[in-house]
Amino acid sequence: MSEIGSSPQDEAPSPLLSLQKVRKSFGDNVVLRDVSLDVAEGECVVLIGSSGSGKSTLLRCINLLERVDDGVIRLDGEDITDPRVDADATRARIGIVFQSYNLFPHLSVLDNVLLAPVRVHGIDREVARADAKLMLERVGLADKANARPDALSGGQQQRVAIARALVNKPLLMLLDEVTSALDPELVGEVLDLLKDLKSEGMTMVLNTHEMGFARRVADTVCFLHGGGIHEQGSPEAVLGSPAQERTRQFLRRLHTDQA
Amino acid sequence: MPDAPAATDDWVPSALERERAAYRLRATRRSVLIAAAATVVALLVVGLAVTSSPGWPAFRETFFNWDKAIASLPAVLAGLWLNIRVLLVCSVAIALISLTIAILRTLRGPVFFPLRALATAYVDIFRGLPLLLLLFLLGFGMPALRLAGLPNSAMFWGGLAITLSYSAYVAEVLRAGIESIHPSQWAAARSLGLSYRQALRYVVLPQAIRRVTPALMNDVVSLQKDSGLVAVLGIVDAIRAAQIETSLDYNYTPYVVAGVLFLILTIPMARFTDWLARRQGQHGGML
Repeated sequence: MSEIGSSPQDEAPSPLLSLQKVRKSFGDNVVLRDVSLDVAEGECVVLIGSSGSGKSTLLRCINLLERVDDGVIRLDGEDITDPRVDADATRARIGIVFQSYNLFPHLSVLDNVLLAPVRVHGIDREVARADAKLMLERVGLADKANARPDALSGGQQQRVAIARALVNKPLLMLLDEVTSALDPELVGEVLDLLKDLKSEGMTMVLNTHEMGFARRVADTVCFLHGGGIHEQGSPEAVLGSPAQERTRQFLRRLHTDQA
Repeated sequence: MPDAPAATDDWVPSALERERAAYRLRATRRSVLIAAAATVVALLVVGLAVTSSPGWPAFRETFFNWDKAIASLPAVLAGLWLNIRVLLVCSVAIALISLTIAILRTLRGPVFFPLRALATAYVDIFRGLPLLLLLFLLGFGMPALRLAGLPNSAMFWGGLAITLSYSAYVAEVLRAGIESIHPSQWAAARSLGLSYRQALRYVVLPQAIRRVTPALMNDVVSLQKDSGLVAVLGIVDAIRAAQIETSLDYNYTPYVVAGVLFLILTIPMARFTDWLARRQGQHGGML
């Protein structure tokens, strides 16, 4: 893993991830109208916004699981929205973790983690196994290596999913509401893991409804509304004293819901 | 893949997006052209190889004689009518029996052990016995018993043999479908107060059957062809009719006629189920 980059406020070199005027619609429903965003190496960007505001769609576009209608997404300087780019190779450099874990139920925990290193990256099985075991140890699940995913709790499954993404040493981690499906007492173990990741300098883009967590890990918070980034800034600014009325409304509603 | 989604605002694709769309279109066109050309070439090569073979004229005369085809058509069609009748009657019976067996096999709890065991035994026996043997046993054996009240027709016993055998296959397909539905669906249905029977009828079976439709289609098409096996009991189906026609002059065209007729029956049905599956928002087999 590379060293921690300079903080994003400094004159960052070129951003690791850069979105310019990204647009994505499903039929008549324009989900992302015009999204531009730069993410520096080592930066943690947290997307917030109501359901349907396009947070998940944005992550899926970055991972090329959805094809953008317009605009450019650059990863490490390369335009990954170019149809000439090998989408599989691009995805192999980006880790994504889903809300509902999406572990492969027919594979053991270890084999879930081993699949991509062995099949995609062509790493020798024994070498990959050692890596995978280390990674499982990191997420605190070394003893579950041979278990089936459905024998694990939600929090454990989500940690396996994170290990499965991390073992490929991605340039960038995308985390799509990774704690939404978890019981409150299991949320902590996953968030702690993400905080560690952040402190190791992993570049992350995530969306969440956990404002407390957003406050703690985010370098930048983006409030998505109306198909674009409505407000963007440091967590203190956006969550503490939002400039936009929409953002204030959203946060107020969130607080009343959680109270 | 459809490009350029309907815009609800004044969005105009950027030059870059237009270039990307053009590239994708070119790439798609190229793949389609290559695929089409490869298909045509392959067909031509096979066609030429066959038609330029030394035996081709004799082969064509024996298998693709137009006059013979026309002459044999009425008899083969009459035979096909038998296949269709067997198919229709048997498929209804098979649907009922196989569904019963499948449901019995999925019942849980010790109370249902006898029923479960019976259903399992049924599947074990009728799936394991060769259909031909069943046909002979029932078709020649049952009438030979001379039991009062039992029908004597070869058609009846032949149809029964086919029904018994196919029900065992189809029951297993249905059972696999039922067991593939996640227990949470049962829980959700029962939680609403639906009885076991209602949960099965309104929640589990519709999903299960949708999931196993391709496998069921296999069995229907297979049944369509196997319906002709009743011919071993001395009745005339399409293939047997073709055989009779052939025996007149050793011209095999009637067999080809029968083959074409079977295809005419099965292919539209396959496309229909594909369409049905797609309409239900599930990927059907593409051509």
